[in-house]
Amino acid sequence: MPRPHPIWRYASPAHFLPLTGRLLPALWALAALGIGAGLALGLFIAPSDAQQGEAYRILYLHVPAAWIAMVCYAAMAFWALWGLAWKTRLAFVLMRALAPTGALFAVLTLLTGSLWGRPTWGAWWVWDARLTSALLLALLYVGFIALTSAIDTPDDPRRGDQAGALLALVGALNLPVLYFSVSWWNTLHQGASITPRGSAIAPQMLAGLLLATLGFWAYAAAAVLTRARRLLQARVESEARWPRALGGLA
Amino acid sequence: MPAPWAAAAALARREWSNTWRQPAEWLTPLGFVVGVAAMFPLGLGPEPARLRELAPGLLWIAALLGSLLSLPRLFAPDLADGSLEQWWLAPLPRPLAVALKLAVHWALGSLPLVLVAPLLALAFGLDNLTPLALSLLLGTPALALLGGLGAALVLHARAGAGLLALLLLPLQVPVLVFGTAAANGGANAQAALLLLGAWLAVLLALAPWATSAALSLMLD
Repeated sequence: MPRPHPIWRYASPAHFLPLTGRLLPALWALAALGIGAGLALGLFIAPSDAQQGEAYRILYLHVPAAWIAMVCYAAMAFWALWGLAWKTRLAFVLMRALAPTGALFAVLTLLTGSLWGRPTWGAWWVWDARLTSALLLALLYVGFIALTSAIDTPDDPRRGDQAGALLALVGALNLPVLYFSVSWWNTLHQGASITPRGSAIAPQMLAGLLLATLGFWAYAAAAVLTRARRLLQARVESEARWPRALGGLA
Repeated sequence: MPAPWAAAAALARREWSNTWRQPAEWLTPLGFVVGVAAMFPLGLGPEPARLRELAPGLLWIAALLGSLLSLPRLFAPDLADGSLEQWWLAPLPRPLAVALKLAVHWALGSLPLVLVAPLLALAFGLDNLTPLALSLLLGTPALALLGGLGAALVLHARAGAGLLALLLLPLQVPVLVFGTAAANGGANAQAALLLLGAWLAVLLALAPWATSAALSLMLD
């Protein structure tokens, strides 16, 4: 039988915990550096925008938050599928650990977008396709968190795991249709300024944005991994209580 | 008759007579929609032109909310009295059992609404009732399919109907968007009706499988 690639051993908590223990300090440092440098460059050094003046500078928070909120949902659905298919215990832990961070960034996207919309569009909120789908994404996160926490019992997270995984998958399958339907319904938001072919914004703006994005990504990864470690430890402890409780009975 | 067909027929008969004998259960959503529809003019003012313009969207939202009402009792009694386990042992595919149950649920819970909604639309002064009726005819089965999935997922949740609404409303957005666009009868109505039908076909193909997986989870 061929030996599996060494990367697969990190699916086991015994390897995952030490690995993340070594990674986390680097991630937190990267987060602090990236966010600090990106925001410094973006808020103080980059030129102001020709049309929007200084108001555009919230972009350095808004754009990374929106990216992270979307990618976290995709990652949640990925781990949901992984967990349902291969029943590895780490998959569901990662799925659950991603949800609060994704929800945080989804809400942050809405708040910063609203603050940005007031000076530039003249309204806190408009019922435009992108805003509405961001709101619905935040609702999907809240629904996921509410469902899993309403099903969980202190000693058995499995049913909550699997129901949550099913919901995350259905939500992920629904998202493209949802996005299509909502953009079919209405659209007003400015088009994307950064595409793989090139960018339409000044180089310092781009550098600041990329640094801030890197920093927020590192923050998101660190927060998710920290939460996953806590969840995993809680599960291991709750399982360890069973033999002790049974030993007490005998 | 081969065993699966016999089981399917027995299941459909049982569901039909169980639901039919409890008019309170399947008539409540209808009463809810009529009541909510009566609230709209009271809240928005009796101006006929505005009501005529808003009517398709308002009736659609009322139908969407009404479809949530009967969901908490869709699978819960079957789980409590063990009949869910009996279907799982019956010689018929589980998604088919779920689809049958949802079909009966739709025929008694939503079809009367599809028939009554045009009358309500008359009261709102709408002239052409066909788009609204057609959009509800295609949209309510889609709502029922998504609703069945939600009802299965919350079976063991310690939470009220609010959680079900929180889970389902974002998932039902495409149905609402296509449905209201079709009901409004503008230039896009034809396309919206086709999109609604396409989405219903996708849900018909996938939702019974997802729902039966969720119910299996709730049974272990």
